[in-house]
Amino acid sequence: MSDQQSNNTEINRKSFLVKLSLGLAGLSAALVSVPIISALLAPLLEPDKEKWRTVGTLSDFPANSTKLVTFENADPKPYAGVTAQTAAWLRRNEKNEFAAFAVNCTHLGCPVRWEDKAQLFMCPCHGGVYYKDGTVAAGPPPKPLTKYQVRISNKEVQIKTSPLHITNITA
Amino acid sequence: MKHFFKRIWRWFDDRTGISNAIGPLLKHPVPPDAKWSYVFGSATLFCFLLQVVTGVALSLLYQPSSNDAYQSLQFITNGAKFGNVLRGIHYYGASGMIILVGVHMIRTYITASFKYPREMNWISGVVLLLCTIFMGFTGQLLRWDSNGVWSSVVAAQQLGRVPFIGTYLARLLIGGNTLGGQSLSRFFAYHVFIIPALIFIFIGFHLYLVIRNGISEPPKAGRPVDPKTYRAWYEKLLKEKGVPFWPDAGWRDVIVASVIIIIIVVLAAVFGPPALTQAPDPSAVHASPMPDWFMVPFFALFALMPHNIESVAMMLGPLLTIALLLSVPFISNKGERSPLRRPWSMFGVICVVVFVVSLLVVGMKAPWSANFRAKPLPLSAVKSAQDTMVMAGAHLFYTKGCEYCHEIEDYGGLAGPDLTYVGNRLNEREITIRIVNGSNNMPAFGGVLTKDELEKLTTFLALQKK
Repeated sequence: MSDQQSNNTEINRKSFLVKLSLGLAGLSAALVSVPIISALLAPLLEPDKEKWRTVGTLSDFPANSTKLVTFENADPKPYAGVTAQTAAWLRRNEKNEFAAFAVNCTHLGCPVRWEDKAQLFMCPCHGGVYYKDGTVAAGPPPKPLTKYQVRISNKEVQIKTSPLHITNITA
Repeated sequence: MKHFFKRIWRWFDDRTGISNAIGPLLKHPVPPDAKWSYVFGSATLFCFLLQVVTGVALSLLYQPSSNDAYQSLQFITNGAKFGNVLRGIHYYGASGMIILVGVHMIRTYITASFKYPREMNWISGVVLLLCTIFMGFTGQLLRWDSNGVWSSVVAAQQLGRVPFIGTYLARLLIGGNTLGGQSLSRFFAYHVFIIPALIFIFIGFHLYLVIRNGISEPPKAGRPVDPKTYRAWYEKLLKEKGVPFWPDAGWRDVIVASVIIIIIVVLAAVFGPPALTQAPDPSAVHASPMPDWFMVPFFALFALMPHNIESVAMMLGPLLTIALLLSVPFISNKGERSPLRRPWSMFGVICVVVFVVSLLVVGMKAPWSANFRAKPLPLSAVKSAQDTMVMAGAHLFYTKGCEYCHEIEDYGGLAGPDLTYVGNRLNEREITIRIVNGSNNMPAFGGVLTKDELEKLTTFLALQKK
């Protein structure tokens, strides 16, 4: 073997070892990153659960009234405690039809409150106001209050809880 | 005994080379006339260190759990020895850090220290500014009272405006498709691990660049920066006139940082931390979320910008601001540094400061929001109060919610026009039309008032004149 040849072998060996070391390092990093990225993206990997929750009986809600109802969200973690609670404004109109509005203002999510004398939903944050049917009366909200599905089952009023509604740019 | 410790130190220094490594950093030459205006960066750094130590101390007492955090906050505030002061220092320290990071940035901009060769100093500084703002925001969430809960919903809704992936980003922020047990764990990880790690990395980088490129000499009108000759010129300046950083320049940094920390501790001891609001119950809707003062300009902006461009502005605004900040050193990296020769730049920075401070001032008052604490009008505020129709109208003015948004003689809200002298501007018929149909930013009350109520209300309002 000439000097030239042994030199070439040495270079090949080195470049192989560099590639091997970097490749193995990359592989080890990739392996570790799978569970880490999965923890980071956990909220996106869970399915959207929707559940019917009973919020009262028919007689709790007289015609032409709007009442706050509270219930557990669709997918409470066992350790969620008080934060598993969520709420809706349940309206029974003059024709005895029900509508359940999310309490979150469609502008930026602050909790709207029902002002019974004025018959308006008012947001404390940026001045959003809605009529009793959830349509926008004043202020910045880009669309009406989000509705939950409501059903009557055995004289019980039930609300289908769903994920927190996020207003998108197209609103 | 003294001799013994000296020997230990000499042994330690020989084996580790500590003084050889740190000595030159401490003694590196700096321009001689870098005086009081150069202390803000180090003051920010000391505030950050204060946040690290008080943050670690708070973590000894805190429960990072959606269910228990609020109770642990009450314990820290009311139960733990000096817990109240500790929370206060962390709060005023955050305020101090935000103010100082702003002042440091403005000073750097005014003296154009971002020009060649310090472009990367500026860019790493912009990253640190963004980290600081995010720390301020997530820190306020960790209080996990009703303010914290609703602020996190507001932040999720803002992220929701990002095209295509908005909903996903919002869910990543709050840790699920709704608020719950996983939310606070996320905020804790952001505030305590992820962002601080970034801050440590970028502070290291920022300081490395300060040493590598040297601090900028105070600018002089008529002495432009020329990238071809600047480094050689700067080195010559240091060689001829430079003074060692410690102690010739550094003593000012230590004095200012110490005074600021003492002020922070005194503020914390005298005023205490911000009071906790209600429990973190997402079903308790009678909350009035209000961010800490340093977030109020954003809060005000969301209320005041034109509603129809808002969704786009909420997304593009931050992106454009960040892009503009990052591009500053590339728009002009040579030439004059003196503020006297850069009048438009000075005009720009004054505009930004006035804009942010105005938003802060107006945001503290939040005149666009209904005043839910409005009380019934006292007799003294009602004109022609002897009339029973008028008194009935004044009563309706309160009960029907008019007073939430309209003022009469300083009673009521500021969202709508002041109605103290409405009778001088509008007659009864015009008032009726407004009330029934609403207007631009006023709900229509036609369906809410009976004919009789409407008559009483208009009679009352029409008589409110000079």
